[in-house]
Amino acid sequence: MSEPHDHRHGRDDEDSVSYYRTMEIAVRSLLIEKGIFSAQDVRRTVEAMDGRNYSRGARVVAHAWQDGAYRARLLANGTAAVEELGMQVGPLKLVVVENTPAVHNVVVCTLCSCYPRMLLGLPPDWYKSREYRSRVVREPRAVLADFGTALPADVTIRVHDSTADMRYMVLPMRPPASAGESAAQLERRISRDALVGTAVIDR
Amino acid sequence: MSGSAGMPGMYGTDPEGAAFLPAHFSPGDRVRVRAAIPPGHVRTPWYCRGRSGVVERLCGAFANPEELAYGRPGLPAQPLYRVRFQARELWPDYRENAADVVEIEIYQHWLETAPEDRP
Repeated sequence: MSEPHDHRHGRDDEDSVSYYRTMEIAVRSLLIEKGIFSAQDVRRTVEAMDGRNYSRGARVVAHAWQDGAYRARLLANGTAAVEELGMQVGPLKLVVVENTPAVHNVVVCTLCSCYPRMLLGLPPDWYKSREYRSRVVREPRAVLADFGTALPADVTIRVHDSTADMRYMVLPMRPPASAGESAAQLERRISRDALVGTAVIDR
Repeated sequence: MSGSAGMPGMYGTDPEGAAFLPAHFSPGDRVRVRAAIPPGHVRTPWYCRGRSGVVERLCGAFANPEELAYGRPGLPAQPLYRVRFQARELWPDYRENAADVVEIEIYQHWLETAPEDRP
């Protein structure tokens, strides 16, 4: 072999059988051998997790935009209000935080990647990146600018660090142009990033 | 965990009979995060240790994740708070809007009464 060289491309992760990957394979194989669940169950669960997206969160927001009493219940107890719509939140508690002309909310998990998966699906790669997690608590406006989101200078930013048992979703401001629209029309205006707080809904 | 298990009247119990610690703080209380550096799994971010903020709400009581991480039950459950910090308290050189805040979930055993509010 000559001196080490740099290929300038990412390594395939499946080549690295790390400590935790080995442990996951061992535990999964044992549980399947013992008949606790089947490989088919694992496949089905992974498929369901991958298939979930932010449409559930958008449904909650559109409903809150149309019904002021529901909006108040959602802000008071996110878990109970989501269950009212027939969706399950699971063991973690949902906290919904409301954007207003004076306050803009943005969500992060600086310790790992906690995310309201039950409403938004799997977190995007940027949400899990070290850069987003370390910068958004330190210079949120600069981070929002990278997403193309500019806020008026007098708006207060409230960053939510999701470090424990709560999960956070942002209730964005309803765009004025949407007056009189149906729930389905409203849902189409809502973007995933607006529910995390890195974007606003301006059309 | 404190070694006070078994002291009568120390813990409450939830409807399933699991023990929890009573909440010492209320919304609006000024608190400071302990400036501790314990080994092992910790869920209090480094950047708020030793910093003061205000209790925004009590989230409920939850099994202590610092115990759960090692396969222990984490009981009695610890009250969990959302604490609101001024961005400038966390980052003295913070350059954006002075009114900006960061809210962080912190378990009670990491919190003490803010020094300026002590009797």
